[in-house]
Amino acid sequence: MPKTENGKTQISRRGALLGLGASAGAMAATGVLPGSLGFAQAQSSAPIRIGFQKHATGIGAAYGRWYDATTTAAVKRINDAGGINGRPVEVITEDDGTDPSRGAEVLEKFANQHECDVAFGTLFSHVVIGSAPRAGELKLPYFVVSEGHHVASGMLNRYTLQPGITDVKSQVISMAPFVADNLGKKVTMIFPDFAFGHDHRDFFSEAIEAQGGEVVAKIAIPPTETTFTRYFPSIPRETEVIYHVMVGPAVLTFVKELGEFFGPNRPELFGFIDSLEAVDINSTGLEFLDGTYFWEGMPRYAQANQTDAEKAYRAAVGVDDNGASLDDPADVATYAHMFGCWETLNIIKRGMESADYQGPQDRTKLIEAVEAMSDMPESEDHPQGAKRFNGKTHQTFGSQYISKVTDGKLVVEHVASIEDGLYEDEVDYTTQAF
Amino acid sequence: MTRFSKADALHLGILAMLVIAFFVLPTYHVGAVSRIMVLAVYAIGLNLLFGYTGLLSLGHAMFFAAGMYGFGLAIKFMAAPVLLAFVLALIAAAALSLVVGLLALRTAGVAFMIVTLMFAQTAYLVVLYFGEFTRGDEGFVLQQAERLLLGFDVTSETGRYFVAFSVFAICFLGFARLVQTPFGKRLIAIRENEERARMLGYDVGRYKLLALIVSGTISGCAGALYALLFGYVGATFASVQYSILPLLWVLLGGAGTTIGPLIGVMFMFYLIDASSAYTNSYMLIAGLVLVLLTMFAPKGIAGILRLRVMPWLP
Repeated sequence: MPKTENGKTQISRRGALLGLGASAGAMAATGVLPGSLGFAQAQSSAPIRIGFQKHATGIGAAYGRWYDATTTAAVKRINDAGGINGRPVEVITEDDGTDPSRGAEVLEKFANQHECDVAFGTLFSHVVIGSAPRAGELKLPYFVVSEGHHVASGMLNRYTLQPGITDVKSQVISMAPFVADNLGKKVTMIFPDFAFGHDHRDFFSEAIEAQGGEVVAKIAIPPTETTFTRYFPSIPRETEVIYHVMVGPAVLTFVKELGEFFGPNRPELFGFIDSLEAVDINSTGLEFLDGTYFWEGMPRYAQANQTDAEKAYRAAVGVDDNGASLDDPADVATYAHMFGCWETLNIIKRGMESADYQGPQDRTKLIEAVEAMSDMPESEDHPQGAKRFNGKTHQTFGSQYISKVTDGKLVVEHVASIEDGLYEDEVDYTTQAF
Repeated sequence: MTRFSKADALHLGILAMLVIAFFVLPTYHVGAVSRIMVLAVYAIGLNLLFGYTGLLSLGHAMFFAAGMYGFGLAIKFMAAPVLLAFVLALIAAAALSLVVGLLALRTAGVAFMIVTLMFAQTAYLVVLYFGEFTRGDEGFVLQQAERLLLGFDVTSETGRYFVAFSVFAICFLGFARLVQTPFGKRLIAIRENEERARMLGYDVGRYKLLALIVSGTISGCAGALYALLFGYVGATFASVQYSILPLLWVLLGGAGTTIGPLIGVMFMFYLIDASSAYTNSYMLIAGLVLVLLTMFAPKGIAGILRLRVMPWLP
């Protein structure tokens, strides 16, 4: 029968780490090293290995780079504070090419080659959905940071969890009250004609009707489209709000052509910042967005009422007050999503500590420990805001931000509460056997 | 030993090595070889059309996807048993091959490449268009419980490996036999000189259509097998990338050789797997290797073996 790969290099490296850990523990005990370097109390000083499934190449590369920066910062903070259960955390990064097939292969590498304790970090839904079956079969806890509804919909399995970022269904339905009360009740939706767009179409249509509004037109744009003007005459005259969620490189063209079509007499515009993640809101052609509204998972621009936790997080991940890299003001972060990596890693840490996690034999205990979590107050572990995790659906719920483009910045106008985004459970993963 | 028996011994030897590999390889590589065998079935499909018949399709992903969706949708919406779903998948791939063949084979050469590419793009967009059923670009999962093959769990490492091995062995040996039959020889004759084959009295159009149907059905078989063993059905597999990949595998391994597809997939898989540990630009390395191979070994790895060491290689 096949045996777990355990090449000499890995054994000797682990042995070396054990030795180092033991030495460090002894030194810490005698006061030679500061406590944060000690990792002295652990039964094993071998690192906790977290497999980071990174979109380093492919369509998700912009996200992957910032997810990587956030992961590095979060792990540094965890290690500086003594690691997990007294053990240092080591991140093993593998590029999935933003491809579902490669994603599944990467999980196999994490489980069987790198001997990771958990896998983490995937954003794009098709990669999550393509990889999750293997996570279940490999019995590898798989913490995704995707915002897709696939986890809470019951499509996946007990080994796949999304505790660090809200899902699209929650985000969309929590926007409806603000849109109906402040922008208008007659909405035209413009969305990409694939699953991401369809989720918005379906969830928002239902949510706005519950608020007494209606979607007067649904305009699906084929994914291969590069120009959009011919779709705009389909927007009904009675439209009070245009809800748009176009993504990809054609977004700039979309906004420019929309501006040319409407001129100064436009309806209200509401969009999802997914369209403009890693894009400077002041880019040429985006002037038309001034005065329009966006959903943000976390405010890109530092707000006047910025919390200490958010300030500390922003500094740790190397982002300035305008949402760009401290090293390069033109390098705009994927700030509305990347906090999910930070918060997920802190949840993994808390789950492992709660389960007294010692190794892969304790993976099911880790999952049960995370499933037992519920309210998570806003803190440096959760700088985006308070969360409420639903252990049955493996999905977290949290605050959502609605920002208005004002003088070239996104200024928060409204914060939707956790309750605004709650919906009925669609699955109970805790009833599934491990 | 006759030429024929040498080839037979080689093929059986390769299969024996694959069985032994299961017992000696570490777990990760057992999983990797399972995947390689599935993809090698796909490459065998293209090899029949490209390597043996001389028809270069740039749209084979549509056949792979036809099998994958034929299988997945039958399970998702009809709760079909695995074997029935597999048969439906093969029928879907064969039917699509027939339709595409009837239209695309009116062209030849570069035009054939472009037409197959366009058909594949259409198939990709059809998958997205019917997102209500296919879940479009996201795709959908086939649960473990839905993937029991006659009560046998194919999601364990052992189950997955030997199901992949069995299908690969059938396709591999069947393909090796097929290219030795009069039918296979006629395909080679068409590849070498289509006009001469026609002048000799062969119905070239019919043989090309048959080759395309068999090729597309084998590719569809690989798509269904992927869905069965890895539990995922998604539009990515209908994209142009998955039409180009089998072409690279066949070119690398050796077009027009029976062992080329397996060698090509294995070489490419481990090239990417190993180089990705060092750089994010691993596709650049893969591209560079391809350029070098094209320059110095245009017949691929098995082609070189046939040229220099094993002239009897089928």
